Amino acid sequence: MDRPVGRKQTDWAQVAMNPRFVELHRRKVKFLFGWWIASTVIYVVFLVCASLVSRLFAWRVMGDINFGYLCVLSLFVYCWIVAGYYASWANRVSDKITTELVEGFKKGGIEK
Amino acid sequence: MKKRSVILALVLALLTSSLALMPTQVLAGPDSHVVQALVAQTGTSSAPQQKAPVKVEADKRITITMFCIFIAITLGIVYWAAKRTTTSRDYYAASGIITGTQNGWAMAGDFMSAASFLGVTGLISLFGWDGMMYAIGTSFAYITVLLIVAEPCRNIGKYTVGDILSFRASPVPVRATMAFAAVLLSIMYLVVQMVGGGKLMELLIGIPYSWAVTGVGVLMIIYVVFGGMIATTWVQIIKAGLLMSGVIVLFALMAARFDFNPLRLFSAVVSSEQIQSWVQLILLKEPVAKPGFEYGRRFLEPALLQKNVWDQVSLGIAFLLGTAGMPHILMRFFTVPDARAARKSVVVAMIIIGAFFVMVTMLGLGAAVIVTPQAIFAVDKGGNMANLLMAQLLGAGISPIVGDVLLAFLCAVAFATILAVVSGLVLASAGAIAHDIWVSIIRGGKAQQREQVMAARITSFVVAIVAILIGVASETVNVAHLATLAFAIASSGVVPAVVFSLFWRRMSTTAICAVLLIGTLVSLGLVLVSPNMTYPRIVAEGAKTQISSLEKKQVDDQTLTEKEQVDLEKAKKTYEANKNGKSIMGLDSPLFPLRNPGIVSIPIGFLAALIFALLFPNKREEERFDEMYVRQTTGIGVSELVGS
Repeated sequence: MDRPVGRKQTDWAQVAMNPRFVELHRRKVKFLFGWWIASTVIYVVFLVCASLVSRLFAWRVMGDINFGYLCVLSLFVYCWIVAGYYASWANRVSDKITTELVEGFKKGGIEK
Repeated sequence: MKKRSVILALVLALLTSSLALMPTQVLAGPDSHVVQALVAQTGTSSAPQQKAPVKVEADKRITITMFCIFIAITLGIVYWAAKRTTTSRDYYAASGIITGTQNGWAMAGDFMSAASFLGVTGLISLFGWDGMMYAIGTSFAYITVLLIVAEPCRNIGKYTVGDILSFRASPVPVRATMAFAAVLLSIMYLVVQMVGGGKLMELLIGIPYSWAVTGVGVLMIIYVVFGGMIATTWVQIIKAGLLMSGVIVLFALMAARFDFNPLRLFSAVVSSEQIQSWVQLILLKEPVAKPGFEYGRRFLEPALLQKNVWDQVSLGIAFLLGTAGMPHILMRFFTVPDARAARKSVVVAMIIIGAFFVMVTMLGLGAAVIVTPQAIFAVDKGGNMANLLMAQLLGAGISPIVGDVLLAFLCAVAFATILAVVSGLVLASAGAIAHDIWVSIIRGGKAQQREQVMAARITSFVVAIVAILIGVASETVNVAHLATLAFAIASSGVVPAVVFSLFWRRMSTTAICAVLLIGTLVSLGLVLVSPNMTYPRIVAEGAKTQISSLEKKQVDDQTLTEKEQVDLEKAKKTYEANKNGKSIMGLDSPLFPLRNPGIVSIPIGFLAALIFALLFPNKREEERFDEMYVRQTTGIGVSELVGS
């Protein structure tokens, strides 16, 4: 990638130790990987269940609509929820800290 | 200049959304292996008792008019985009001015190939519940994209995945390896799309296959070479709008049949005699019905298509991770101004995709009731015509002209879909070759803007020509496993390389190159010895079984029908031709039992990354991790990349 030239050297290690950055990083990793792992597990469990306990999926819940179809629908809804929740979390939490950090950076507070 | 393009973009956005009628949209996925599975499973079954075979008969005049309107609009966009494409950033990243919402539609569109629009509905109409798995996979795949790759890619990438990987690693080896993987992936996926598209066009409007592929190819060249990312994005957005409108109209017509009551739809499935006999005779192969067994209900339950749980899981995981490693998807993040917009585009794409697939699940069941699986299978073994047959029937139920127009519209949408998807793929390969190899490695990053754009255009042209040639040559070749392979390579090579270099300090140049190569080779190797390949001995076995059953019949009944005699001759020939054959790798039977290598190749990819990074660390690269990490997380310095 093109390197920025002629800029003041930034001490990135120092930025990386900035408490606000550490907090941002910790919360982001926790949120992102947490939800990602949870989603992956849900998905794989669903795949395995569909094959191994298909009797459960045959259970009629509402009229002729069975548990299997409701599962399919709820997985779509789950995806929407994850997307929506992440968007709102990021707007509330991570974007705020990020903006603070970037402001500080612009003021030169974290440059050598 | 900037203002004008924003206004134009807005006008176009309005136009698109009015075309779309409604705010939701579509998407799509890897499909061809789906079709392959279908053919594999249904191909051997005896001909089902059919209703009068239906045919997709689009009114040629209306269809061609629709095609022309679409082509005219998109060429207008290309003209408009070409005037705005003067720098490499215009060419690869649409100047970085695409908004989150626009990009979301484009991204949904990127994943929405003709095969997922037509193919997934078809699968559901033939196999019931199991077909829906593909729809869910696509939705979940975007969770990975959203949470793991979207924002970091925007924050530190410029035009290609190579940019991200070479941020702190040695640019030359990393870019070269990544470009190799990206081109391989894109070409594989491109060939699948071209061949599928060519066959679809042949089926829909009756033009010869090679003409269809060439026609698609020529338009693709015009879009990509002249219009670059700006045109590709807008074609994708318009197509996504059109596709979504088509699906909504069809869905409404279908739902009206069942009084907009899902319970009615489901009870119609359970009580449909055609579905019952399809499940009993064709899918479960039970010549005598089990008393009291509700075959119609069985259609709504799992395991009519996928019988191997590990294959299912393997495919699912490759899909879940692989999408995040597809260069043409990652490339979309470079077209938006910042991480917020990148995030928003994935959220928008997920909403569109989810809405689309919820409708598709019901469309599939509706088609099974209204058209019947027998009729769908009779027209196309892959079930691809399910939506179109239903559109024809439902539209004609209102008035013949409505049926014709609706069908013509859906055909035009399918065509638009193929074009838009292949254009994105060509652009991704061109980025890898022209930006990573030519400009960054050969020219040491010192090329002038004019030269960069020229290199990109020439590369796009060459890639497109190669794709057309392979496409035309592959008419009779089964290319379905290439999609499987593309997703396996993306998930076991590209994804570990990207994720580890973004989040793990110790990831080094050696490890990046190693994981890309190992992921690619392991996936390739496993597919080559998997059941995806043809094993002549197994084919011969099948023929032998057929011969002995027919001969037994001959002895028992003394006579064979004419058709059976032909079958017997054919089976004997097949047996002779195959009895001593070997697979492409010289095998009698598959070494690896699964069609989808992901469950093995993905862990190998991630392990390889760990091992090589620990064995070959690089101090200097570790030191630069802080910079990349801060920038990746916060977007500091992103303005240097997007040049605002």
